[in-house]
Amino acid sequence: MQARVRLPLGLGDVAVWQALGLLAIIALFVLYPVVDRNIGHVSAVADAGYFLLLVFGLNIVVGFAGLLDLGYAAFFAIGAYTYAMVASTQFNLHFNFWPMIIVSGCVAALFGVILGFPTLRLRGDYLAIVTLGFGEIVPQVFLNLDKYTGGPNGISNVDQPVLFGYHFGFNPVPYYYLYLVVALIALVLLNNLRRSRLGRAWMAIREDELAATHMGVNPVTTKLLAFAMGASFAGLAGCIYAAKLTLISPDEFNFSVSVTILSAIVLGGMGSLLGAFIGGLLLALLNFMVLPQVTNWTHALGVALHNEAIQNADLHYIIYGLILVLVMLFRPEGLISTASRRAELHHAQPSTSAAAAGVK
Amino acid sequence: MSAPLLAIEGLTKRFGGLTAVKDFTMEVEEGSISSLIGPNGAGKSTVFNVITGIYLPSAGDIRLGGVSIVGRKPFQVAAAGIMRTFQNIRLFAFMTVIENVMVGEQTRMHATPIDSALRTPRAQREERAVSERAMELLDFVGLSAHADEWAHDLPYGMQRRLEIARAIASGPRVLLLDEPAAGTNPVEKRELMALVRSIRDRGVTIVLIEHDMKLVMGISDRVTVLDHGEKISEGDPQSVRHDPRVIEAYLGKGA
Repeated sequence: MQARVRLPLGLGDVAVWQALGLLAIIALFVLYPVVDRNIGHVSAVADAGYFLLLVFGLNIVVGFAGLLDLGYAAFFAIGAYTYAMVASTQFNLHFNFWPMIIVSGCVAALFGVILGFPTLRLRGDYLAIVTLGFGEIVPQVFLNLDKYTGGPNGISNVDQPVLFGYHFGFNPVPYYYLYLVVALIALVLLNNLRRSRLGRAWMAIREDELAATHMGVNPVTTKLLAFAMGASFAGLAGCIYAAKLTLISPDEFNFSVSVTILSAIVLGGMGSLLGAFIGGLLLALLNFMVLPQVTNWTHALGVALHNEAIQNADLHYIIYGLILVLVMLFRPEGLISTASRRAELHHAQPSTSAAAAGVK
Repeated sequence: MSAPLLAIEGLTKRFGGLTAVKDFTMEVEEGSISSLIGPNGAGKSTVFNVITGIYLPSAGDIRLGGVSIVGRKPFQVAAAGIMRTFQNIRLFAFMTVIENVMVGEQTRMHATPIDSALRTPRAQREERAVSERAMELLDFVGLSAHADEWAHDLPYGMQRRLEIARAIASGPRVLLLDEPAAGTNPVEKRELMALVRSIRDRGVTIVLIEHDMKLVMGISDRVTVLDHGEKISEGDPQSVRHDPRVIEAYLGKGA
């Protein structure tokens, strides 16, 4: 019989080695900025923080509830603009950053409901198209409402957070810790949700909506809660993002952001929390640290060889795309996945939920 | 005699020009096992789908304990105490066996989304109670050894039983079983019928759809026969079995 310990915060019982591993991972993240004094690296890892929050949020919508959302970056934009508009020189308003994290999350959640309501009857491809449209509309609105949003120039001089007299400034370290705390809270919440009444309702809707409603699951509130809670994560990520960058513009929230978040979920393993975490972290580090470096190397190589084609080559998206294709070829179920998801994807046996409806 | 628990009165359901069910009346006594039988396409599943709120009736009324439930959505019908299984099994394939049963307990749970996210003491207490009850039900249908497997991985006969466990998890007043024995072998059929009886003994009123006549004869208190959307016979199993109109519907004229 293996010794087990009870973790706080409702994380449940785990074996001792698992608890120690978890502690070690948290310690690693806490100590990272102390060990790596390279400000550029810490900044990139801090940026992985907002990306992880986005992945966690979308994981509720896509992974738990099975609602394919291709316009998720819109909520990120809404969160970022919510804070930037009331905490910058734009209107000379300077609302405090800390309550605005929550407010941004709530505003995004409200828009989640607004998007969710007309799409309640849609599933799969149709839902994807509508959310794709929403994701295109929102940045366009920010682009064209230039009186309020600064149009293509966006909003600059966004206020940086101050905590007990400590100014965050442009130092990435405090942002790193802020993201770390928020991401840990988000992970605990998500882990609670997954094993709760609401979490099971989401999964039941994902697996078989008709059967779920006959078991007493209200499909309307259940789906709207998925959209709202998912969007709120993006909203608060947007708020911190705007404060760290101090400058936001509509083109930072385009379709490729939504797709990158979605690919992190698919890469990690749909619906798995650990998968979302690992997929998100890997893609973020790849995009923010590794691949920009690759471009620097090829540039240097081109200069050395006096070859302009190599010098100007941007391999970023080629390598990124190649990695995604390879993972999908060799591990279509994602890096972290459940045994039976693997069985489903490799043998394609008919599942019970795929059976035709008992409804004529 | 007391009022029936479930009363269907003058139910008609038309799909465009097709009348699937016509002026159908049926009364179900509390604590009984009633069967709805008839050849393929007789309209049996349509009756279930109207009762559970998938379809609105074109005419007629459905009352549960004297209260009309016409116009309620499926999840509201479930909350009112009518649960069902499906002709082709519809489990939550990539949820565990025990999670499937716990979804069935949704209507008896009170945890708000905030409770769920924060795992409040109240939510924890409820989770414990719900999972204990789910485990007890799995024991009842003989699946407790498979609690943590995916529903998808269970063999067919076990999936049937899991679907029944899920449907009774909320403690419904009425359980609608849509061909629970379809596709099972004779041994499994006998076990299923024993299970249906013991569910009735737990105080659940049962309405069963089946087209295997022999199967329902041994178990039903009352049998209603549908053919082409109309009730052609009703009564205790013996009298229905010998009703010439039933024989004709099943075997054709001149048989």
